[in-house]
Amino acid sequence: MSEVQTKVRIRLRVNGAEHEVDVEPRWLLSDVLRHQLGLTGTHVGCEQGVCGACTVLVDGRPERSCLMFAVQAEGHEVTTVEGLTPAEGLSPLQAAFQAHHALQCGFCTPGMLVTAEALLRENPNPTEEQVREALSGNVCRCTGYQFIVDAVLAAAREGRS
Amino acid sequence: MKPVAFSYHRPRTLDEALALLRSEPDCKVIAGGQSLIPLMNFRLSRPGALVDINEIEGLNRVEKTDGGLRIGALVRHQALAEHPLVREVCPVLAEAAGHVGHWAIRNRGSLGGSLAHADPAAELPAAMVALDARFEVASADGVRQVPARSFFLGYLMTDLAPDELLVAVHVPAQTGRAFGFHEFARRPGDFALAGAFAEVGPGGAGAVTWFGVSGGPERCELTFPEDAAAREAAFAALVEPFDPGQDAPYRRHLAVQAAERAYQQAVGGRG
Ligand SMILES: Cc1cc2nc3c(=O)[nH]c(=O)nc-3n(C[C@H](O)[C@H](O)[C@H](O)COP(=O)(O)OP(=O)(O)OC[C@H]3O[C@@H](n4cnc5c(N)ncnc54)[C@H](O)[C@@H]3O)c2cc1C
Ligand code: FES
Ligand code: FES
Repeated sequence: MSEVQTKVRIRLRVNGAEHEVDVEPRWLLSDVLRHQLGLTGTHVGCEQGVCGACTVLVDGRPERSCLMFAVQAEGHEVTTVEGLTPAEGLSPLQAAFQAHHALQCGFCTPGMLVTAEALLRENPNPTEEQVREALSGNVCRCTGYQFIVDAVLAAAREGRS
Repeated sequence: MKPVAFSYHRPRTLDEALALLRSEPDCKVIAGGQSLIPLMNFRLSRPGALVDINEIEGLNRVEKTDGGLRIGALVRHQALAEHPLVREVCPVLAEAAGHVGHWAIRNRGSLGGSLAHADPAAELPAAMVALDARFEVASADGVRQVPARSFFLGYLMTDLAPDELLVAVHVPAQTGRAFGFHEFARRPGDFALAGAFAEVGPGGAGAVTWFGVSGGPERCELTFPEDAAAREAAFAALVEPFDPGQDAPYRRHLAVQAAERAYQQAVGGRG
């Protein structure tokens, strides 16, 4: 069992940058993003896939970073909420969240933004039902969801105009 | 809490994976990790070693065969829901796959993982039983074929040995039979409170396969009565012996309604 605790060196591609990190195989991607790379935008709520706060894009698709070991992300492109944020100001989706009061405490917001961004890239013109379905795996304890749905639909409309 | 330490293997070939499954003590396959990692995070599962099959070439293919479809174990739920061949040859399977968990779960969770995990409320094990699929199961000794209808042995239990890997499933084309699907869940993506696949052949002969209301998929053959009240009575009699656990009368009621809606979908030709 001596090899069990040994760290392995992996190359992670996150938000377009290469990182070399030493990780134990049992470390979750969510924890490595936060503690090794300092990308604390990815939040951790439940560690069982239910809350959606830890959602990141893996090769462009939303996936739970709490249900993946960091070693498994090698060779894949990871995008966190930091990677969806421009150097200056807000992305159109973030601006719509602000304008529509789509966040209160902000705990769920990174997961919401990542999931909604992926939805709009795949389907720039979603119906309200499609927005609700896409976000059904993200729990928000504050807003009651309506303003989040409004914000995503508004961002979609703006993207069209 | 965090998972206990384990040794991690990421084989590139099936043979390597099968050799590891045989040689590593206390070893588990990891596919999408969407059932296994929650269990490990809460230390309900403490494998000493993981064999990660995600980088094995060819496990995620969908192919047309003489008899129907061959679907690789690593095909993700979202891919299954969207795949043109699955939608063409077996639309009811694509529809059911779209009901598995949330989008982010479907992007990573795999068909083989769902079948090997055998959650009683899972859609895909019931789909395989309803469709009379056959599983390709490999070990270092070779490949054996297991009918879906004898694979599921009860709550989280299957016919798989610890050193075996589910490689692919064979789903026969549905000639002369129409299929329908319906499930009730509290929100989209939640596990079903009750769900059903209906299979209707000539003269109303067919079957209902239920999930979420027993220890595993439950397939019951019947001739569907044409009269709606008689159908409801027939479904109610069939679900009576099931033990859904919590809220049993309510869940049996949902099981009857799910069967009716699945039947309606099948005879409406949308199955
Ligand atoms: C929030 C949430 C909601 C969910 N909702 C649903 C739902 O509504 N319906 C539903 O059906 N499921 C649901 N799931 C579970 C999901 O479907 C999983 O993807 C699936 O059960 C397991 O697939 P996996 O590829 O992730 O397997 P893993 O988690 O990697 O493995 C599961 C088990 O199967 C074994 N295994 C995996 N692949 C193989 C193989 N090829 N051969 C042999 N053994 C193998 C593993 O050793 C392990 O014991 C949900 C999960 C979450 C986190
Ligand atoms: S922390 Fe990953 S889904 Fe809740
Ligand atoms: S804003 Fe507080 S959880 Fe969503």
